[in-house]
Amino acid sequence: MMKRDECFRILARHVTDQAVVATYSSAVDWVAIAPRVLNYTSIGAMGLDSSHGLGLALGRPDKRVVVLQGDGSLLMNLGSLVTIAAVAPKNLIHLVAQNDTYEANGGHPIPQPAVDFAGMARAAGYAAVYDFSDVRVFAQQVAHVLEQDGPVFVTLHVEPSQPLTYDYAALYDPKKREAFKAAWQARL
Amino acid sequence: MADDVTGTHADPRTLHGAGIIAAIKASGVEYILSVPDIVTSAGLLAPIAQDKNLRLIRVCKEDECIGIATGLAYSGKRALTLIQHTGFLDSINAIRGVAVEYKQPICMMIGLLQHEPDRAPRDSSRYGVRIAEPILDDMGIVHHLVSIDADVAKIRPAIEAAYREPHPLAFLIGRSPS
Repeated sequence: MMKRDECFRILARHVTDQAVVATYSSAVDWVAIAPRVLNYTSIGAMGLDSSHGLGLALGRPDKRVVVLQGDGSLLMNLGSLVTIAAVAPKNLIHLVAQNDTYEANGGHPIPQPAVDFAGMARAAGYAAVYDFSDVRVFAQQVAHVLEQDGPVFVTLHVEPSQPLTYDYAALYDPKKREAFKAAWQARL
Repeated sequence: MADDVTGTHADPRTLHGAGIIAAIKASGVEYILSVPDIVTSAGLLAPIAQDKNLRLIRVCKEDECIGIATGLAYSGKRALTLIQHTGFLDSINAIRGVAVEYKQPICMMIGLLQHEPDRAPRDSSRYGVRIAEPILDDMGIVHHLVSIDADVAKIRPAIEAAYREPHPLAFLIGRSPS
């Protein structure tokens, strides 16, 4: 079993000018590890992160979008797997950190722990699907995962993390949203 | 009766989909995000699906539209969400959290299922229709009723304002467009 923050540190070494959409626990970890203007944390409603990512990917087909979603969030928007596969954006990488819990809401289990998200994404029609449980294998393959044509789906099997501090005011800061918008639209 | 989408010579009780689509395109909208709605199915969604100047994204559930439209807005692209009022009701939290609280230009065109076209929505015998405008009012969302061709003139300035200011916006479609 991997640790989410460990995976994100590895991922951060390979992220350059991609938009990174992250929410809740994934956002707390990611923003601490990789504070950058192209972090998009303005989600507003649980589960919509994958849909925000699709909108960004459609809007800037010349750039790449990485979604860092939690398993509880994806369960609230499972249909987005089918929508994303149908639209088939080549520039979208959709990662789900699966710790089998609603970590931001008290650590309660998701309804069906060990549900096979990668299998769902494969059945929906994603162009490529990965399932990582070994951090060494993830480190070896992450560069390729980020570069290939999407939509790409990745499950990261991770442990629940230690209790996090959720500073939603900072995550959803309107100034950060405006800064993201300006940076994302740059060079249009 | 003249087939005039301006409504000048038309039957005042008609609503032409072609006029609505022209207004949508004139507003700079490039993307239509939709779950099918029987009110707008034949008069709007079907011709939009054939329109080479609009990109139709078919989604599985209406709240996806709110996220997709926001991502597009952050990218400088305009979208219209075309759904039924049942889908609007199902998406309230997404509309609250994203469109209203983040002041995003989420533009929705909402078919009022089983609405009696010659009544005001608030006077509908259908509970789901009757509550639509009060909910929009309580959420502070600008809304316009589009029931006859003369109402189509509201579309472009409302979308322009939604993106300029920005704020969410709803058009309630009170009659099946032909």
